Amino acid sequence: MSTEITTDVVVIGAGPCGLFAAFELGLLDLKCHFIDILDRPGGQCAELYPEKPIYDIPGFPIVTGQQLTDNLMAQIAPFAPEFHFNRMVNTIEKQEDGSFRLETDADEIFHTKVVVIAAGGGSFQPKRPPVDAIEQFENKSVFYAVRKMDDFRDQDVVIVGGGDSALDWTLNLQPIVRTLTLVHRRDAFKAAPASVNKMKELVGDGKINFQLGQIAKLDGENGQINHVHLTTDAGDLSIPATRLLPFFGLTMKLGPVADWGLELNDNTIKVDTEKFETSVPGIFAIGDINWYPGKLKLILSGFHEAALMAQAAKAIVSPGERVVFQYTTSSTKLQKKLGVA
Amino acid sequence: MMIHVTDQTGQEHALEGLEGWRVMEVIRDWGLDIKAECGGAMSCATCHVYVDPAWTDAVGAPSDEEEDMLDSVGDVKSNSRLSCQILCSDALDGLKLTLAASASKDA
Ligand SMILES: Cc1cc2nc3c(=O)[nH]c(=O)nc-3n(C[C@H](O)[C@H](O)[C@H](O)COP(=O)(O)OP(=O)(O)OC[C@H]3O[C@@H](n4cnc5c(N)ncnc54)[C@H](O)[C@@H]3O)c2cc1C
Ligand code: FES
Repeated sequence: MSTEITTDVVVIGAGPCGLFAAFELGLLDLKCHFIDILDRPGGQCAELYPEKPIYDIPGFPIVTGQQLTDNLMAQIAPFAPEFHFNRMVNTIEKQEDGSFRLETDADEIFHTKVVVIAAGGGSFQPKRPPVDAIEQFENKSVFYAVRKMDDFRDQDVVIVGGGDSALDWTLNLQPIVRTLTLVHRRDAFKAAPASVNKMKELVGDGKINFQLGQIAKLDGENGQINHVHLTTDAGDLSIPATRLLPFFGLTMKLGPVADWGLELNDNTIKVDTEKFETSVPGIFAIGDINWYPGKLKLILSGFHEAALMAQAAKAIVSPGERVVFQYTTSSTKLQKKLGVA
Repeated sequence: MMIHVTDQTGQEHALEGLEGWRVMEVIRDWGLDIKAECGGAMSCATCHVYVDPAWTDAVGAPSDEEEDMLDSVGDVKSNSRLSCQILCSDALDGLKLTLAASASKDA
């Protein structure tokens, strides 16, 4: 059965711009729920450059992608937004009363008065290895994440990659599989040294195989693989396998955003510059995903857009209510909301 | 300077490169099929190219950080490089390279 959630605002995308929107919406007493395909907040900052410094956030001469995310999370904590991670928003439908119905791939339905699309460069999705017809095996015998460990019990598993995900799952799955082969293109790993040492121990004890190489081809039928072919320096190699886990990291894809009936400009959503509303009233777009003349894809721009969007969102959720503009420095009312007065 | 790029469909393009620009920027600005998702910050590997063997010495070897990033594509060869890490210069006038499948916008 699907879960149904009713709220004032649904924010699609928990990147920096979406997160700051929760602050501006919270000051106006609007409750929001976040949906993101990633398993944590931060969008590009957390996924692509958590440790790289950013130098152009006002008031922070230097802050890393992860620190900015952590600070934004602390800043919005007083408003207790709710997060729904590991889900993709598939559809948005306008209802007769002007509200919206959103559906995720995790069988949830959201009823909301306002939708804020803060989808950045698109949804993060696993990188596919460049192997012919891999799609036919996906989610049947080729997986990009382990959702249920039991799917791997007593299987012949091939894991590809040299980062933390590849190493973690090599160590976690080894006790329950029939055979496990870790494939990586070189003998150097980006993963935590402790995991690499543990993996090497298991190889030494003959409990797992390590193979230098890259996947070239898959054999199988009806979605079930039976062999993984590798290219190695010593020539081609074929390994019997019933499960394949490629861990090549993530890449951004525009995804379903393109099908929501909004006016687009290339891969971005057209908005006005007064409210950052899309061609559908009640649906706003802020941050990297929007477009207007002069748009700069900067975190700073998304913050500004969030503030103006929130004012317009308030007018939709509480029509007729007069919003008095206040500063957080001097308004005790706002400070109470933030829990500091 | 000129760069000769073979795209994923096998078509060759002669592109004018500007001194000091990243090769990735030249390929992208000429509209070829390169994703270059991170804009050159060495965080995505979606600007992956194969350098023509005649040019590998002139272009040089990838840094350790670039090697780490190359782990995130499945079609690495010994002449793989991230094109955002190659700067256009007169010494590279005539550079020949091929776009990897993993650099494609829909990969
Ligand atoms: C290496 C690098 C360095 C950068 N340096 C700077 C800098 O110094 N200064 C600066 O201002 N900017 C910088 N940027 C750009 C900055 O990261 C972006 O402008 C910013 O992340 C945009 O934020 P956002 O919230 O709009 O979107 P994003 O950060 O892209 O977040 C969007 C989120 O939405 C999710 N999503 C999308 N579609 C869906 C869907 N259908 N369902 C569920 N979830 C979905 C995604 O998974 C993602 O988590 C840099 C970018 C990179 C890659
Ligand atoms: S453009 Fe991202 S690594 Fe080169």
